[in-house]
This record gives sequence, C-alpha cells and structure tokens, in this order.
Amino acid sequence: MSPLLEMRNIWVEYGDKIVLERVSLEIAERSFVAVVGPSGAGKSTFLRLILGQEAPSRGQVLLDGQPMRAECGPDRGVVFQRYSVFPHLTALGNVMFGIECAQAPFAARLFGAQRRAARETAVEMLAAVGLEHSLDVYPAQMSGGMQQRLAIAQALVKHPRILLLDEPFGALDPGIRLDMHALITRLWQERGLTIVMVTHDIGEAFKLGTRVLAFDKRRHDPHAPHRFGATTTYDLPLDRKTLPPQALVDAIGGNLPQRDLA
Amino acid sequence: MTRLVDIRLGRGARLLLGALPIVALLFVYLLASEARHLDNPADKVLPTFEAMAQAIRGLTTDRDPSTDRIILVADTLASLYRLGIGLAIATATALVLGLLLGVMPLARAILGPMVAVIAVIPPVAVLPILFIVLGLDEASKIALIAIGIAPFMTRDLTSFVANLPVEQSVKAQTLGANSWQLAIRVALPQLMPRLIEALRLSMGPAWVFLIASEAVASDVGLGYRIFLVRRYFAMDIILPYVAWISLLAIATDALMLFISRRSFPWAHGAGR
Repeated sequence: MSPLLEMRNIWVEYGDKIVLERVSLEIAERSFVAVVGPSGAGKSTFLRLILGQEAPSRGQVLLDGQPMRAECGPDRGVVFQRYSVFPHLTALGNVMFGIECAQAPFAARLFGAQRRAARETAVEMLAAVGLEHSLDVYPAQMSGGMQQRLAIAQALVKHPRILLLDEPFGALDPGIRLDMHALITRLWQERGLTIVMVTHDIGEAFKLGTRVLAFDKRRHDPHAPHRFGATTTYDLPLDRKTLPPQALVDAIGGNLPQRDLA
Repeated sequence: MTRLVDIRLGRGARLLLGALPIVALLFVYLLASEARHLDNPADKVLPTFEAMAQAIRGLTTDRDPSTDRIILVADTLASLYRLGIGLAIATATALVLGLLLGVMPLARAILGPMVAVIAVIPPVAVLPILFIVLGLDEASKIALIAIGIAPFMTRDLTSFVANLPVEQSVKAQTLGANSWQLAIRVALPQLMPRLIEALRLSMGPAWVFLIASEAVASDVGLGYRIFLVRRYFAMDIILPYVAWISLLAIATDALMLFISRRSFPWAHGAGR
C-alpha cells in the first residue's frame, strides 16, 4: 500500500536560519502520529508543511502520491489550540460552514431542502462529539473543551484525508483532557481517520499515538545555533504498550504516560 | 481599607454620581448669569434660562420666510440629511474597501498607500476645492463629510480584518472556502460590529465637518443658524442649538450601540 503522505528530504529555511533539515518520512493511512519535541524544534513548522500553509525550501511533500500545492485545502482538516472556531457562528453554523462552502460557491449559504440536509449532517456530526444539546450556542458561551469538540466536528464534516491537531488539548484542564483523549480515540477508530498531532505532552503522545515522531537538533553549533535545523530524532512505532525511551523523556521532559487506554 | 481603584458602584449610585457634575455645571452657569445680569440687565453673553426658553419658543413656532417651515425643524432636517448621506457614502466606501484591503494582501499593497495619503489630508483644507468643483449646494457639504471620515474608517476596518487570527483564514480554507466565501462568510460578519464602532467614533468629526461647511456657505442648517445669529451676539439661540446638537449626537450614538448589541450579540460578550 502506498503511503498517504510522503516527505522527501524536506528542508525549511528562513533566511539563513534553518528550521528543519533532511526530513524524510512516510505516513500510512489510519495511523495516529504524535509529534513531540522541545520548543523551537520545528513541530509546528512540520504541521504547517502538511497543512500547506508553508512551502518547504527544498524537498517534496506528496499526498496520495501527488505533489502537494502549498495551499490549504479541504483534504486536510485542522484543529488549533485556539481560534479554531468562528466566533460569529453558532455551533451548528460552524459545522455547516464546510458543507455550505462546497455546495454554494457564490452565495456561500444554502436554502430549502439542501439546507435541511446540511443541517441534518451537521447535527449528526455535533452529536458524535457530544454537543447535541448546544446547537445554537455561540463559541464565546462555551468552555474550552466544548470549543475543541466543536472544532473537531467542524473539521470532520469535510471527511479530510488527514486530520492535523496542533496542541489541541494544551489549554484544557486535566480532567477535560482525559475526556478529549477518549473522544479522539473513539473518532479515530470508528471513522478510520489518519491523524497527525503535535503535542508538548509526551505522556499524551505515547498514550494516543500509534507512532511517535520526535523532532530535535542532531547537531549543535554553539556559535551559530540557527545554522543547524531539527530533524526526526526518534521514530517509534507503538503497539500502545511501548514506554518512551528514558533519553527522550529527559530531552523533552513532561509526565510519564499512563497506560490506562491500552 | 478598600483601595480607591477597587470601589465598585451600583447602577443607581453610578447614575446619581454621574449627574452631579452636570448639575453643578448648570448651577455655576446660573450663578454666573445672575451675577452678570445684576451688573447689566441687558447682558447677552450669558443669557438666563428664561431668555433661552423664550428663544426656543420662537424657533419652534416661527417660520422661515423663504421656505415657510418652522426654523428649528428646517435646520435639523437639512443638517441630518447632509450628515446622513455623507455618513452613508463613507460607511459604504469603508465597508467595501476595508473588506477588500483587509482580506487580500494584494489589494492592500496596491491601494493601501493611496488610502494612507488621502487620510492625512486635512479635510477642511480641501473644502474650497469641493466648493469650486461641486458648487455651493448640498453636494459639496456631503462630500466633505464623506471625504473627512471615509479614509479613517477604511484604515480602521482594514487593520481589523487583516488582524483577524490567521488560524481563522487557514481553518476556512481547510473547510473548502474560496477567497469570496472567506470574505463574505468569515471576514464580513466579524467586520460589521467593528463598522458600527468605527462609525460611532467618526460621528464627532462628521459633525465638525458638517458645521464647518454650513458655516461657510449655506442658507439653512444647524451650523448655518449658529454662525448667522453669532452676528447679533444671540447667545440665547446659540446655546440651545449647541445643546440640541449634543442631544442628537447622543441619541444617534445610543441608537447605533443598540443596533450593534441587537444584531451582533456574539460581539458583545455572551448573551443571545
């Protein structure tokens, strides 16, 4: 089976600052890839590359075997830590937005039977993330956890080939975070999603992922720290029983994972 | 002890305390007016409240000989007409340009510098040009108001739209939105409350431009009347007119705030 996403010798440079160097990897369909690494190691840059928000200075990104254009598209969904939902739309409006964009290129709004069908799909999606009782609520009235549930529903309604999560649970309370772990695991299993999640919580990475990628700088020049970029230092396939190597825990810090989901 | 910065007031106390300085101001005026009239019963600089009431009665019953309309009504309608059209033109311009420039970096690169240049021109300085080009009629006054506030509003709205979180634009694109859909479904609705906000802030300058243009060349209007009766030292007319203009300004401001709260509840905290 050909990989869903492939990166071939990717370099990302800003002027003479090298962020990523020699990143080559493949991501298989239905995998849950957790990306960890210290701050400034290019985790978010890696995510923006897949998202198409940024183009590599060198190398190629292929999606389904086709070179990817450096522009965001509906085949890649995203949930950010903040600002993922539109404040001026209700929960229902936020989820319907994706359907309306596809079906009404000019008006960007649907009417009549089409609207009812879109609404039905959106309600179903909101129920799947546990927001069936908050259809007409604006994001400002929601808790952080509810907003992230909404953001996930909003992304999934487009059936993206790959779902990108940028520290999605970083700002949530520990209890809520556990709920969200259960939710994303269930959605991933039920819907056969492919997920790439950036996190700074190594426990979360080993708990949720089927594969953990660690980004860090292999080489370090004390006089010109910006001249060496980060690359993948660990690429660990997980069977959900693997514990992180001590060296990785030391490099990144964070909590040791709990094996409660295995 | 409670710190001064931590003292919070209830609604009643706030209204009462807010009214105090205004009442005090009126009282000071009353005393000063009294004192001047004791000195000189024919004083015109600080007219008594009776004299002002008398003048108002005259203005609300007498008719303008040329148009046969009640003077205060004719002045108010003429001024509000100019102000309304001018604001409408400025608002429409700012809305379209602000949206375009804010959403599209390409449009910002092309038109941004021109808007910035126009914005720094003092509007009253171009009033003579407007009189020459558009004549002394309504058009030049309306144009002054529009030219006076549209650049400010455009720049305000442009920077507002351009500073919307980049995540929103990325998110919309991953949901399949094209540039047009992004503009009218993501940027435009969020722009609307800001538009009203910018309009509220522009009302002060708009009144200045209105009064200025009416003072220079006009035959009816609130500004025209004030500058006309100035020749006769008629403070008893000028002061009520100034109060009336302030009242109109407060009313329009409250109306706009009401509309914004009503139409865009998500922009004013939670509440639906």
